Amino acid sequence: MTAEIGQLALTLALALASVMAVSGIAGARVTAGISRRIASSAAGGMLVFIVLAFGTLVYAAIVSDFSVLNIANNSSLAKPMLYKITGVWGNHEGSMLLWVLVLALYTAAIAFAQRGSERLTSAALGVQGLLAVAFLVFILFTSNPFLRIDPPPFDGAGLNPLLQDLGLAVHPPTLYIGYVGLSASFAYAAAALITREVDASWARAARPFMLAAWIALTVGITLGSWWAYYELGWGGFWFWDPVENASLMPWLVATALLHSALATERTGAFRTWTLLLSIAAFSLSLIGTFLVRSGVLTSVHAFANDPERGTFILIMLVLAIGGALALFAWRAPSLETGSAFEPVSRETALLINNVLLVGAVATVFLGTLYPLFLDAFTGTKISVGPPFFAITFVPIFVALLIALPFGPRLMWRKAAFREALRSLFPALGIAAIVAVGVCFVVKSHLLAAIGLFALAAWVIAASLLDIVRRPVRTAAGFAVALAHAGLGVTLMGVAGTTLWRAETLSLLGPGETARVGPYTLTMGRVERADGPNYAAIRADIHVGDGDRTIATLTPAKRVYPTEQQETAETAIRTTGVSDLYLALGDERGKGRFIVRAYYNPLAPFIWFGGAIMAMGGCASLWGRVRARSVRNAIDAVPAE
Amino acid sequence: MRLIVLVFLLLSGAAQAAPAPGALSNPAMEARARALQKELRCVVCQGESVDESNAPIAADIRKLIRERIAAGDSDSQIKDYLVSRYGDFVLMKPPLEPNTVLLWFGPAAVLLIGAGVAATAVMRARRRALTI
Repeated sequence: MTAEIGQLALTLALALASVMAVSGIAGARVTAGISRRIASSAAGGMLVFIVLAFGTLVYAAIVSDFSVLNIANNSSLAKPMLYKITGVWGNHEGSMLLWVLVLALYTAAIAFAQRGSERLTSAALGVQGLLAVAFLVFILFTSNPFLRIDPPPFDGAGLNPLLQDLGLAVHPPTLYIGYVGLSASFAYAAAALITREVDASWARAARPFMLAAWIALTVGITLGSWWAYYELGWGGFWFWDPVENASLMPWLVATALLHSALATERTGAFRTWTLLLSIAAFSLSLIGTFLVRSGVLTSVHAFANDPERGTFILIMLVLAIGGALALFAWRAPSLETGSAFEPVSRETALLINNVLLVGAVATVFLGTLYPLFLDAFTGTKISVGPPFFAITFVPIFVALLIALPFGPRLMWRKAAFREALRSLFPALGIAAIVAVGVCFVVKSHLLAAIGLFALAAWVIAASLLDIVRRPVRTAAGFAVALAHAGLGVTLMGVAGTTLWRAETLSLLGPGETARVGPYTLTMGRVERADGPNYAAIRADIHVGDGDRTIATLTPAKRVYPTEQQETAETAIRTTGVSDLYLALGDERGKGRFIVRAYYNPLAPFIWFGGAIMAMGGCASLWGRVRARSVRNAIDAVPAE
Repeated sequence: MRLIVLVFLLLSGAAQAAPAPGALSNPAMEARARALQKELRCVVCQGESVDESNAPIAADIRKLIRERIAAGDSDSQIKDYLVSRYGDFVLMKPPLEPNTVLLWFGPAAVLLIGAGVAATAVMRARRRALTI
């Protein structure tokens, strides 16, 4: 029965989404009040039914109901309960259901927060309704998670062991909160175009949603990179893999959007550009979903072999992006009133930020999609790997970071560059000290190391100056400094790990030793360590620093019989400043194993930085919410 | 400190690990092989380099690289050989050819256009600021 309840709930959600779409859009022109109320109720109802549908699927996974095709294909009896639950979104159908669940949550938030005018809210709900209709139709007709099979198998096929991991259980929902959160700012932008209310109010209404999405994307990308680091066993933190790139592109555009929307809110500048970025940010989220979900990445031919889903998403993509861009092209020319500012001003700084971020997106976009297009149209296969991005993406980001500290120091409309530069002298001094330190104390004469660490110090010191020296008047100023400092911390981690890493590949038998970085590794006992649904071999490796043993690490290798797959369980010893990273490889006769050892200086900083950036976002969001509640309280007084 | 560790190891007579199977005994040559592996793509995997892949074909290519280096081939000779066998697909850094011009110069073009648009916007905003 349960699967049928889920099916019914999804169908009802689709009906409500249609009501919301029609009523909401109608409210943009006429009868705003009543339309908004109808759309809001529909949004609430849709959320209830989608939660019910999702709950049904989770229940089916918990009780291992293998008569549900999706559960039979992706779960198994032996799988631990935690992964039975998180496995719900570890497959295509379940993850699309999670997608609409998050969409329904944001839609309900738009309905109940009621930011902006009745007309604006109504139209935004209408746009969200259209998106919900598209995705619910997609699920019901091409990716239904509630299909039954008869007869049900005795056991399921299991879940990809790489996904049986807590990091990856949390990663997709976080990323989806980011992707789908951008639908809210997309909806407000479209609503502003539909209602022609393109003053700063839509940007102000959409701001918390942009921030929430940006925070979630930051956390999601950081988690994904951390997961790749400890789970894949290569000691790398970013592979420029298309799936990773698919999440990086919306983040870059969302970052540009946050900056541009700031100007729109404060001075009314860049109105059309902010609208366009809002559309672009969500479009890239959709493209990311399409890339990951259509199978086009595995090969262009995999897409052609099972074209139903891919074609559907492609049509949705064209309609959503094309529709929004057409609306933009139609309305935008009549909108720009233009703002006035001097060439040296905060506005110009934000423009430079946007140009560089868009350039960075262009490199990732071309690097990810160009090989696909080339293969599809000419049949030529090329690879675009890390060396390409090192040449194209990195210089753009370096330019961005050099310019970054000036931004928050320049006044709106008209600023004095010399004053800003003078206030940055201490940061410049610290950067110089760091450069000298890297060169003569750490004794790393790599030009890249000297430059990148000086750059990181420049960004971090300038941000700290913002926090320490000038009194923090606003939560916003503190949030900005925190987010910028986080970027500098991540840069330190990236530079340290890439430039100073030491790695050793060796064949170790019991009692034999190898060296990596400052550590000696001595192979100890090797034993079996089987788990509930896997067989494993685990090695004790004693870590020596100088002449004493400081730790014993136990990297392992697992074989999952149901899924017929191997995974490396890496062992990482972190000091908070550097990581020792061990992965156990194949056995090569007589109890000797291949051991991959990495010494990754500053690796933890990569994720610390991500966390600090996200905290900056949270500080900004909190400041907004508090400011709003204060304003509401003030507004409420004269009414009494 | 490294010296102390080294002396300690020599005195204690700890058994040294065998180098990874198939590694070249000349460290400079082995380093070249490792660097080269990272620039080559495992042709049957999804986005993994020859350096990282567990696939048999990647192991074959790793062996081939070492044989060629030992035989005195230059890095570019080895790359050319692999490209002749597997096509440009094997290179992590695509070569600059007529059909990759857009890929290589696209980002720069976007930056230039962006800079142009931004400069125009700034100039217009300035004119407005002057008239106010």
